[in-house]
Amino acid sequence: MTATQVKVKIISNRKIKNNCWRLELDSGAIARSASPGQFLEIKVCDEGLPLLRRPISIHGVNGSRVQLIYEVVGSGTRVLSGRRKGEFLDIIGPLGKGFEYGRKPVGKSVLVAGGMGVAPLLFLARRLKPAKPLVLIGAGSKEQLLCLQEFKAFGCRMAIATDDGSAGFKGKVTEMLDRLLREMPDAGRPGNIYACGPQPMLKAVAKICRGHNISSQLSLERHMACGFGACLGCVVSTKSGYKRVCKEGPVFKGEELVW
Amino acid sequence: MVKKPKPDLRVEIGSCILENPVMVASGTFGYAEEFKGFMDLRKLGAIVTKTITVKPRSGNLPPRTCETPSGMLNSVGLENPGIGSFIKEKIPFLEDLSIPIIVSIASEDKPDEFLVLAELLDRIKAVSAIELNISCPNIKKDRLISQDASETFNLVKAVRGITGKCLITKLSPNVTSVPEIALAAQEAGSEAVALVNTFIGMSIDIHKRASRINSLVGGLSGPAIRPLAVRMVWEVYNKIKVPIIGMGGIMDIESAIEFVLAGATAVSTGTANFIDPAISLGIVSGLRKHMEDNNIADLREIRGKLKICAD
Repeated sequence: MTATQVKVKIISNRKIKNNCWRLELDSGAIARSASPGQFLEIKVCDEGLPLLRRPISIHGVNGSRVQLIYEVVGSGTRVLSGRRKGEFLDIIGPLGKGFEYGRKPVGKSVLVAGGMGVAPLLFLARRLKPAKPLVLIGAGSKEQLLCLQEFKAFGCRMAIATDDGSAGFKGKVTEMLDRLLREMPDAGRPGNIYACGPQPMLKAVAKICRGHNISSQLSLERHMACGFGACLGCVVSTKSGYKRVCKEGPVFKGEELVW
Repeated sequence: MVKKPKPDLRVEIGSCILENPVMVASGTFGYAEEFKGFMDLRKLGAIVTKTITVKPRSGNLPPRTCETPSGMLNSVGLENPGIGSFIKEKIPFLEDLSIPIIVSIASEDKPDEFLVLAELLDRIKAVSAIELNISCPNIKKDRLISQDASETFNLVKAVRGITGKCLITKLSPNVTSVPEIALAAQEAGSEAVALVNTFIGMSIDIHKRASRINSLVGGLSGPAIRPLAVRMVWEVYNKIKVPIIGMGGIMDIESAIEFVLAGATAVSTGTANFIDPAISLGIVSGLRKHMEDNNIADLREIRGKLKICAD
């Protein structure tokens, strides 16, 4: 489906933890056509500021419901967190090119999430459910870990890393990934690694995957003016020149990106 | 009761006849294809393409955009596929729309590149007009052509000499006197002027103590610049005879009419296209309704007809 601009009703908009919120929208059309890794451009208020839309990745779909999670980090997300159930939001979506995954993935899939990076990966885990992917989740501390129960509910195997060691492996999720790949027998090596998280984490994932000769798919986050390919504001450097994160991405092959 | 006449939205920009006065500003509408899923492109007054250069240009280093109070800064740096690819890959789509297509062009190093571009575009039937972008703030130059009246005159004159297409000159607001440059463009044979391009601005992230865009300075657009742009349109309107295409933070029907009252013959949406991709068509229908409601048969009746506010 090509992206459309629609007004959708807010089913719920609740704080889940710290500064993180879960937003549920009613849109059968988007729920049916969205694929993991795609995003919505949300006009957080009908009038006034902020001016530009905010891109937020799709966290999941359920029937006609579209779920998003977001962290309140600036004026846009702050205004969004004030929007209430029953109100309508002007959105454009679904946008962008999501994760590539076959119906029967070759080899195991590993998902690596850092912080809010769980957002698109839970949606992917749902689609990969029969293959029971391994999910590595990293956060600053136990308190900041998100969506553990949801991943478990999809039958995913989980491994956790926290910077302060308050849960799971003490250290970066990428260190955990590297160790895991080193210890893995060749036959058990994953066919695909999917990752979403802060830029330094994605850079590390790309490097580790290159070292182990495994292909990676990374979901990037950038400021955008339009979100649908017109402004050329969100470009990222790749081996074949600048590419738009909103159009050719937000998911890119790790080996294609120039860091 | 006398039946009200149906408003006539047509306007003339030099030799171009537009079915309505609502256009889209260069650089904010890609090559139109990007917007086809959101609207019926054929209902636009005209389309101005993203600026084309002779050679492909990769543009500036990211980050290239950031939001600012009621506006945005950009430093895209004229990323474009170059004239060869543009003609081959973008013109066929634009041609099928059967509305006036205005191609924006710019030079990278030497002004002569404008002549090369104009000569190539002169042969293409689908191209109704050429817009001379002599005012992009995002290319590394000490001074823009549009910041000097005699350079503007010489360039427009040179391009005028090699093409019969309608010529529009896009002016910079980053000057002491826009009318002075507009006059130079008119005298050299420009059939219209488009104003304004973006204002040079900066935005700083205090936590990183760094500029929000990689190029340090960029072009400011959006509602933040609207009063400045309206003032410049008014100043130019009082000095020149050729039509003005007014732009700068037009977000709705009210702001579009504001530019007409200041003297614009046509208006362009810019930043608004990024937020509400079909906004220009909303402005077309809003304009028609405003004309009907106010018994305006032709926009000429209100163009430049602003009054002084009195108590």
